[in-house]
Amino acid sequence: MNRKASIREGRRGAQGGKWSSILVGSVAMVTLLLGLAACAGAKDTSGTGLAGSLQVKGSDTMVNLGSAWAEEFMAQNAKVSIAVTGGGSGTGIAALINKSTDICQASRAIKPEEIDKARSNGVDPKEFVVALDGLAVVVNPANPVSELTFAQLADIYTGKISNWKDVGGKDEVMVVLSRDTNSGTHVFFKEHVLQSKDPRAEYGGKVQMMAASQAGVIEVRQNPKAIFYVGLGYVGDEMKALAIKREASSKAVKPSQETVKSGEYAIARPLYLYTNGEPTGLAKAYIDWIMGADGQRIVRELDFVPAQ
Amino acid sequence: MSILEGRVEEIRRGPAPAPKGLQRRARWGERLVEAFVRLNGVVAVAVLIGIFVLLVAEGVPILRYVDLWHFFTGSKWYPVSSPPTFGMLPFFVATLWVTLVATAIALPLGVAAAAYLAEVAPAVVREMVKPLIELLAGVPSVVVGFIGLLVLSPLVREVLHLPTGLNGLTAAIMLAFMSLPVIVSVSEDALTAVPREYREASYALGCTQWQTIVHVLIPAALSGITAAVMLGIGRAIGETMTVLVVAGGALAIPSSITEPMRPMTATIAAEINNAVQGGLQYQALFAIGVVLFLLTFLVNLIADVVLERQKRRFGP
Repeated sequence: MNRKASIREGRRGAQGGKWSSILVGSVAMVTLLLGLAACAGAKDTSGTGLAGSLQVKGSDTMVNLGSAWAEEFMAQNAKVSIAVTGGGSGTGIAALINKSTDICQASRAIKPEEIDKARSNGVDPKEFVVALDGLAVVVNPANPVSELTFAQLADIYTGKISNWKDVGGKDEVMVVLSRDTNSGTHVFFKEHVLQSKDPRAEYGGKVQMMAASQAGVIEVRQNPKAIFYVGLGYVGDEMKALAIKREASSKAVKPSQETVKSGEYAIARPLYLYTNGEPTGLAKAYIDWIMGADGQRIVRELDFVPAQ
Repeated sequence: MSILEGRVEEIRRGPAPAPKGLQRRARWGERLVEAFVRLNGVVAVAVLIGIFVLLVAEGVPILRYVDLWHFFTGSKWYPVSSPPTFGMLPFFVATLWVTLVATAIALPLGVAAAAYLAEVAPAVVREMVKPLIELLAGVPSVVVGFIGLLVLSPLVREVLHLPTGLNGLTAAIMLAFMSLPVIVSVSEDALTAVPREYREASYALGCTQWQTIVHVLIPAALSGITAAVMLGIGRAIGETMTVLVVAGGALAIPSSITEPMRPMTATIAAEINNAVQGGLQYQALFAIGVVLFLLTFLVNLIADVVLERQKRRFGP
């Protein structure tokens, strides 16, 4: 009797197993079908009829701006999907050359060698200036230093000056933060500030290359000895933007949308979009929209300067 | 014939052969499974060889631009300047620093935790703690990196009065956290696998529990513990996202663990996206990949040699 009971139990157990797996299977199927139905059911209420997907890769400086543009554009055109990734201007340009992105965002101009490489790969880069950006030099709010010249910045970032007291601050070792070679900001800063005295200058060995602008911002926020350079869009209340003088005798100008627009602020640069050849269809509509009223309004909202 | 003689006769004759159809099916089934298992083994080895061949094929061309000695011992890494210079010594030294310190932290902690779990802890504690430690292994490395950035680095900076908390020490501590579950798990398995007779003999001779663990059990389980430590070291050498976020990113050769540094894995991750395929920077990064591969291979080789010697000393 015991054997029979255990066999019956076993059989029931096996059947119970069978039923529970059927149940789980059906729940999974229903969920999957509902999910697919939800995706397919999106209606284009705007009536523009634009549809398709775009891949946008590149500058960290522009990634928040690019995401804001994409979100607004997708809200206005429900059948469009745009994916925005950061990684640095170098990443975006390399992706354009390797044909793995539709649009590249860059905070520096494409270099002649990169144009040659692109052409030899069958890619013809077309440039669009979509905004202007100020490159702010930021320090911790507890740092007493509030202005620096180009020469001082060059010495700090090549490693010649390493103590805050040499620029009028406390007697503390400087923690010098930079972006890495992926970044357009890195290249722009190097060409315009670092190499302003000596065109062969390189970043010093103690300069810390941060993998993302946000990581540098976090370190400046929590470390009183840190100094970093970052696009105006990243500047917030938890850090102090320094006033920059081109020469020792020039006026010290703090970065803001007004000073970048008027050209008073010395470290300002255009922000670019690059495409492979003249854009058509969805890409053209997107770029025209970015250069239009809506796109430029978003530029202003994110603390950049409109292109006009 | 008696029952016994009948049974003996049965055994002598051997089992009755299966019907022909069943025999054929069994042979085919056997062969299929054997072939499948053999195929898996071959694929695993082929993939490993393939990875090495790819690394070498993409990386060795950099030696046309800079010779091996200057590439390995040079300390200037300016891949996007004109002309670019490639010297990877700072990254190699950084990897060594971070791995050694991480192992120095994780090894005693890990083996001690394993010994505690295997020998001292009550069963209830062991059942709870072992899964928790294995859960720690599942934390994504970029999350570990951000915990290091936001929580550990200010702590390290303030406690040790360093200029910045983004340095090799913070990275080594986070790496120790990541290799700890591996070391604890495998060492604990190795310790529980030591036969009961060892413990019984040791206690019978009058040893305390501490003496038993330190002088009898750990030496007996040493092959498993070494394997565990090698796995932990391998994890520390290959870890990328954590060191990318936390180790500091300075390009100079680090002279102490508390300086910001950039190990080889972080260098590859930081720059590979920027490198145009087939260009000099791309080749240089793949060459660093070859060095990384060889380093990991060397660690595994040493582990094998140690295990062989242990096996010979302590018998089968």
